[in-house]
Amino acid sequence: MVELTTNYLGIKLKNPLVVSPSPLCDNIDNIKRMEERGASAVVLHSLFEEQITLLSNELDNNLSYGTESFAEAITYFPELSDFRMGPEAYLEHIHKAKQSVSIPIMGSLNGVSKGGWIEYAKKIQQAGADALELNIYFIPTDPNMTSDYVSNMYVDLVKEIRKEVTIPLAVKIGPYFSSLPNVAKRLAEAGANALVFFNRFYQPDFDLDNLEVTPHINLSSSNTLLLRLRWVAILYGKINIDFAITGGVHTAEDVVKSMMAGAKVAMMTSALLKYGIPHLSTILKKLEQWLAEHEYDSIEVMQGSMSQKSVTEPTAFERANYMHALTRYTAGS
Amino acid sequence: MSRPMHTLDGNEAVATIAYQVNDVAAIYPITPSSPMGEFMDQWAAEGRKNMWGNIPQVVEMQSEAGAAGAVHGALQAGALTTTFTASQGLMLMLPNMYKIAGELTPTVFHVSARSLAIHALSIFGDHSDVMAARTTGFALLASASVQEAMDFALIAQSATLKSRVPFLHFFDGFRTSHEVVKIEMLTDEDIRTMIDEEYVRAHRERALNPDKPVIRGTAQNPDVYFQGREACNPYYLACPTIVQEYMDRFARITGRQYHLFDYIGAPDAEQILILMGSGCEAVTETIEYLVNRGEKVGAIKVRLYRPFDTKALLKAIPTSVKKIAVLDRCKESGAPGEPLYLDIVNAFNEAYSNGDIQVMPKIIGGRYGLSSKEFTPAMIKGVLDELSKDKPKNHFTVGIKDDVANTSIDYDPNFSTEDPSVVRAVFYGLGSDGTVGANKNSIKIIGEDTPNYAQGYFVYDSKKSGSMTVSHLRFGPKEIHSNYLITRANFVACHQFSFIEKYDILKLAENNAIFLLNTPYGPDEVWNYLPRTTQKRIIDKKIKFYVIDAVKVAREAGMGGRINTIMQTCFFAISGILPREEAIQAIKESIKKTYGKRGETIVQKNWQAVDMTLDHLYEVKVPEQVTSSFDFAPPVPEEAPDFVKNILGKIITGEGDELSVSQLPADGTFPTGTTKWEKRNIGLEIPVWDPEVCIQCGKCVMVCPHAVIRAKIYDPKYLEKAPPTFKSTEPKWKEFKHLRYTLQVSPEDCTGCGLCYEVCIAKSKKEVKNRGVTMQLQAPLRETERENWNFFESIPYFNRSEVNLNLVKDIQLLQPLFEFSGACAGCGETPYVKLMSQLFGDRALVANATGCSSIYGGNLPTTPWTTNAEGKGPAWCNSLFEDNAEFGMGMRVAIDTQLSYAQYLLKQLETHIGTELVTSILTADQTTEEGIQNQRKRISILKQKLSSLNNPQAKELLYVADVLVKRSVWVLGGDGWAYDIGYGGLDHVIASNRDINILVMDTEVYSNTGGQCSKATPRAAVAKFAAGGKPAPKKDLALMAMTYGTCYVAKVAMGANDAQTIKAFREAEAYPGPSLIIAYCHCIAHGYNLIMGLEQQKKAVATGHWQLMRFNPALLNEGKNPLQLDSKAPSLALQEYVYNETRYKMLSLSNPTVAKMLLDEAQKDIRMRWKLYEYLASMSCDELQSEMKNIQSAVTENQTQ
Repeated sequence: MVELTTNYLGIKLKNPLVVSPSPLCDNIDNIKRMEERGASAVVLHSLFEEQITLLSNELDNNLSYGTESFAEAITYFPELSDFRMGPEAYLEHIHKAKQSVSIPIMGSLNGVSKGGWIEYAKKIQQAGADALELNIYFIPTDPNMTSDYVSNMYVDLVKEIRKEVTIPLAVKIGPYFSSLPNVAKRLAEAGANALVFFNRFYQPDFDLDNLEVTPHINLSSSNTLLLRLRWVAILYGKINIDFAITGGVHTAEDVVKSMMAGAKVAMMTSALLKYGIPHLSTILKKLEQWLAEHEYDSIEVMQGSMSQKSVTEPTAFERANYMHALTRYTAGS
Repeated sequence: MSRPMHTLDGNEAVATIAYQVNDVAAIYPITPSSPMGEFMDQWAAEGRKNMWGNIPQVVEMQSEAGAAGAVHGALQAGALTTTFTASQGLMLMLPNMYKIAGELTPTVFHVSARSLAIHALSIFGDHSDVMAARTTGFALLASASVQEAMDFALIAQSATLKSRVPFLHFFDGFRTSHEVVKIEMLTDEDIRTMIDEEYVRAHRERALNPDKPVIRGTAQNPDVYFQGREACNPYYLACPTIVQEYMDRFARITGRQYHLFDYIGAPDAEQILILMGSGCEAVTETIEYLVNRGEKVGAIKVRLYRPFDTKALLKAIPTSVKKIAVLDRCKESGAPGEPLYLDIVNAFNEAYSNGDIQVMPKIIGGRYGLSSKEFTPAMIKGVLDELSKDKPKNHFTVGIKDDVANTSIDYDPNFSTEDPSVVRAVFYGLGSDGTVGANKNSIKIIGEDTPNYAQGYFVYDSKKSGSMTVSHLRFGPKEIHSNYLITRANFVACHQFSFIEKYDILKLAENNAIFLLNTPYGPDEVWNYLPRTTQKRIIDKKIKFYVIDAVKVAREAGMGGRINTIMQTCFFAISGILPREEAIQAIKESIKKTYGKRGETIVQKNWQAVDMTLDHLYEVKVPEQVTSSFDFAPPVPEEAPDFVKNILGKIITGEGDELSVSQLPADGTFPTGTTKWEKRNIGLEIPVWDPEVCIQCGKCVMVCPHAVIRAKIYDPKYLEKAPPTFKSTEPKWKEFKHLRYTLQVSPEDCTGCGLCYEVCIAKSKKEVKNRGVTMQLQAPLRETERENWNFFESIPYFNRSEVNLNLVKDIQLLQPLFEFSGACAGCGETPYVKLMSQLFGDRALVANATGCSSIYGGNLPTTPWTTNAEGKGPAWCNSLFEDNAEFGMGMRVAIDTQLSYAQYLLKQLETHIGTELVTSILTADQTTEEGIQNQRKRISILKQKLSSLNNPQAKELLYVADVLVKRSVWVLGGDGWAYDIGYGGLDHVIASNRDINILVMDTEVYSNTGGQCSKATPRAAVAKFAAGGKPAPKKDLALMAMTYGTCYVAKVAMGANDAQTIKAFREAEAYPGPSLIIAYCHCIAHGYNLIMGLEQQKKAVATGHWQLMRFNPALLNEGKNPLQLDSKAPSLALQEYVYNETRYKMLSLSNPTVAKMLLDEAQKDIRMRWKLYEYLASMSCDELQSEMKNIQSAVTENQTQ
């Protein structure tokens, strides 16, 4: 019998398959099915502070617009006693999820302001989340904004939240830093317990018929995984922090690769959206088979086994590797 | 026992009691009573319980007639039942009121008394409606203030239960229904003490009950009907005593003693006034003032008007009284006097005849305050002065100048009884800036956080876009009776700088007043931007002058254009009513209470605005001299017609009260085409045309709700005198290349809604944000574009007969005969109205149902229906809300009659006129523009010939000859009319086979009265009276009309398919029978930025929520299926459409489970409807006819059951 357990964020998980945030996690029945199909933990969809703010502003504008202007129509809508404008519905969802399954439930928070982050982070902890994943994504557009300024913003945010919450804290970031290792190190020092590589967001695309910018996102594929593997492999053992890989985990082999690079868990969304929740048990079964066939006793044994510090050719993870690969590819085609 | 003091308006005060003491409310929206029903519905939705621990059932009916019927039924079945209404609504209830009274059924109808639609509609207050109900057998109990409205609501309920006489409790519309005042609330214990359970049980005992059945409502004959009618007398005789008993009990509980007739004034008064309603408050203030000065005057406040207790009246009047002036707030044309006056005369006459009194006082009657016309202490003093004359004028009017029948009396407008201890503040705001909302909060803060009494009254504009609001706030240590507008303000705030250029804002300011101005100019520069009159007033009145750039503060705080809390903070800081810190804390708490549920973000940004305010508030050092060289801009240009300048211009500047009777039409007839003279300059941005980018598609012209963007093709010769910045280009019509094309905007009429920009598909190749038209700031363009517009107006419109009326591109060349209306910016209705006017306006008669379209189409001062260069254009009339289809049918029948008469006369006069002309007129093809133009020419020749004939028949024909040119009858209205209140008539008309064109502008809600649910409201949408989301699907009016098989039916959505819209309009008009066009209209009541209105229309169609279709019975003659589906099968999930709109989204935020359930049901509705229509459209002609008959029988059977 192969030992699949892994230790992520100080929590012992029954296997490294974690479901990352997606609309599937909005439904409690889906979360139950995820547990049944073998997920070891679920990260709920992100609570978007920006979205809450936008919704509030929209509602306020639309309920106020045109009111108190015309004697016959002083208002246009009934005065409802309450709106669930804030994070209440989300917190209730955490609570329900916790009641419905025994696997750990992790909250996820996507925010823009310190005030909002801290407030919501505390509420997520109070709602019973086993851990909190901070999803930070910032696109600098001001040429005067320095990279230091941006990375400091990330670090300060994590420090502030660390002060306020006691549950484990994972930080999900993108790869676009001048020095990702330095940022990773500083985030660890700021109190993050894990780094999740990497977030994926909508990218603007052009609609050439209407000359409009349209948001676009593709489901990930196993190719998406490669960027994550590289950076986890590079950082494993250099920074005392857990790593999680999200984006591109579609097969049992992808899970194995993630573990070998040094991740404690491999997170899945696109594969589940594509193949459905039962795909979890398929991967799990294949993972066990792979481990058995290759005579691994446990997952933990392989974690970091192909990280930069563990391979014979560490430079393979650096820039030269790219050049080399490209050369070989051209030669062979 | 101390009771809570709350600050609220009359409607809420009444609803608070009505909710507690009723089991059922059957309601229908009508201004100004709608909020009472809305409160009931809201509280029921929240699960609030009445005094018996039950949640009342609140049902919205299809009309007031329906509401009264439901009330009658509920009463008969034993429920304590109420309703709320006003004006025409009360008129629709009259038949049932007789029944309810005849059956001695206890109930209270609460009426916010409002003018009746007579020579004109008015939403404002007087007693025309309740006086018309005085013969129904209902008791009439009049409240004069918000406090009394709450008190009398309870006293009426107590008395009706014991007396069995139903009550109409009324209070003046707007003045009391909408006045916000601090009052003492009645407690649950008070209510329990006043309601005697034995009479409640007695009512329930009388209920229809199959366990002990009775019958009521029999038919009787001459032998017994009369006696039966007299059998109720004891109940009516007992009623006044019962009312007084409860008034006495009420006094024991609350300390407020009322009587059937309350006397105020000197005990030895010689002259008194008698009146009822809100006027009593101003009278109270005036009489107290005069008595304190030793005058022997007094007044009777009539509380119980029916049953009229003569003895109680006489008992209340001091024996010293020698002269009485009776004031009626209504007019009964042709009567020997108004109702209250006649009743008082009769009371004294009877008393004198009976020997109860020995001397008859001199009694005169007069009219005041119609349609909320101001009724001030000055006018009251004027009446008393008139009364003191040896020969006082009888049947007088006060408050107006009647220079026709000379009924009016004079008064000194400077007479004032304003208490110096009362702070009087007037605020001028823009409708969208939140001024009124903030002032309501201020009044509540003052009323509830200080020992002061407080009063707020709010005056709104008649336009729906860019409107001005004026808030009148009073507060002080004593109870406030001054229920008239402030005429001497010690605080004036102007929240919109542009008003300074137009209005004499400081006219009301008294000496040493404070003036607060929101302005982009700082304290050192603002002076030079003030008109001369304003500068002079500031200097002469020694006004303390403060400025703030609230727009800047609002922008920095993320508040957009909402400056309300900023100006509110300034008001508190300057007025010093509360210590600053305390005031700011109170404002913040009020913000939290008002906006808290919309999210913390909203609270925080408002708080931030409050915190930033005082750093931006400056006092202006007032110069000693007037320095400005300019004064207020004239309301209309000098070249406007005299009527517009002298009459409408006065109304525009807020001086309509100064117009005399002779200046107004006696029958309500006004000239058309007057909006073009009222340049409102409300658009911050206007579209600017780029001829290089524009493809001349005409879409912008078509969607413009205010007809401010227009296109012309014309001979280049007209450009000779063009202004330097006037643009033109080669037309993109191959046959008109030799001409020029211009797209021009009227900068001062544009509301800046941006629909033209959104619909524009031509984008610049260099920068895609620049389109054929691009929005730019109006102010810098105003002068040049005004000149360009005036020049554009001088160029003739293109010849209609050369235009292809099937093409959007060509329609842009037709002159709109509906322009610059007062509709909301971005309105979804007016583009359809405008299209109709472009296509058929020069020969159209329009019957317009009451609602948004009658308001933006016919509200003074200026109206949008206009004429072409030949002086031809739509002739428009509004009858009522409920009868519009029938009204239009009347027009059609009249035209048909005149047409057949004209044809008969033509034949009779053939020898005189000439066979060729007669034949050509009678056989003329008028299906094309060219055909119509030719017929016009023939009729012109005919008229010339007829003028020279000395023949009686020729003279007759001369008067009816115009109808020989095809007339187009259009019946316009909203869904509230077509689906609900007017459906019976609509159904009859579409079954009539008459050539009538009906345009239903479907906003899916009662828009004009503020968004109440109609049967057009879709499932899952929230609306007033459907606060929990509408559970039932939208009525399929199109399908119902199709079942006749003889009615042309179309569903259109201009934003989704403009070509189909045009096709439907043209087919409908061409079809010789009834036609029904149901047009999707985005609306402010849907709750989103209307700039996205056209996009939402596309989504409505793409989801299948709104199917585009045409059903043309003319195709049956060709053996074709008349049903054509013009939109594709649903391709978008419903939620992609609905959750862009607050009406749906708010339910998902308040009750996600129900929202999801209703959304799923609504999605199923769409699938089912699509399948049904697809099935019907796929049939052969014969199969469809047979299927329609089956549907019709099923519908008929269903209705019969």
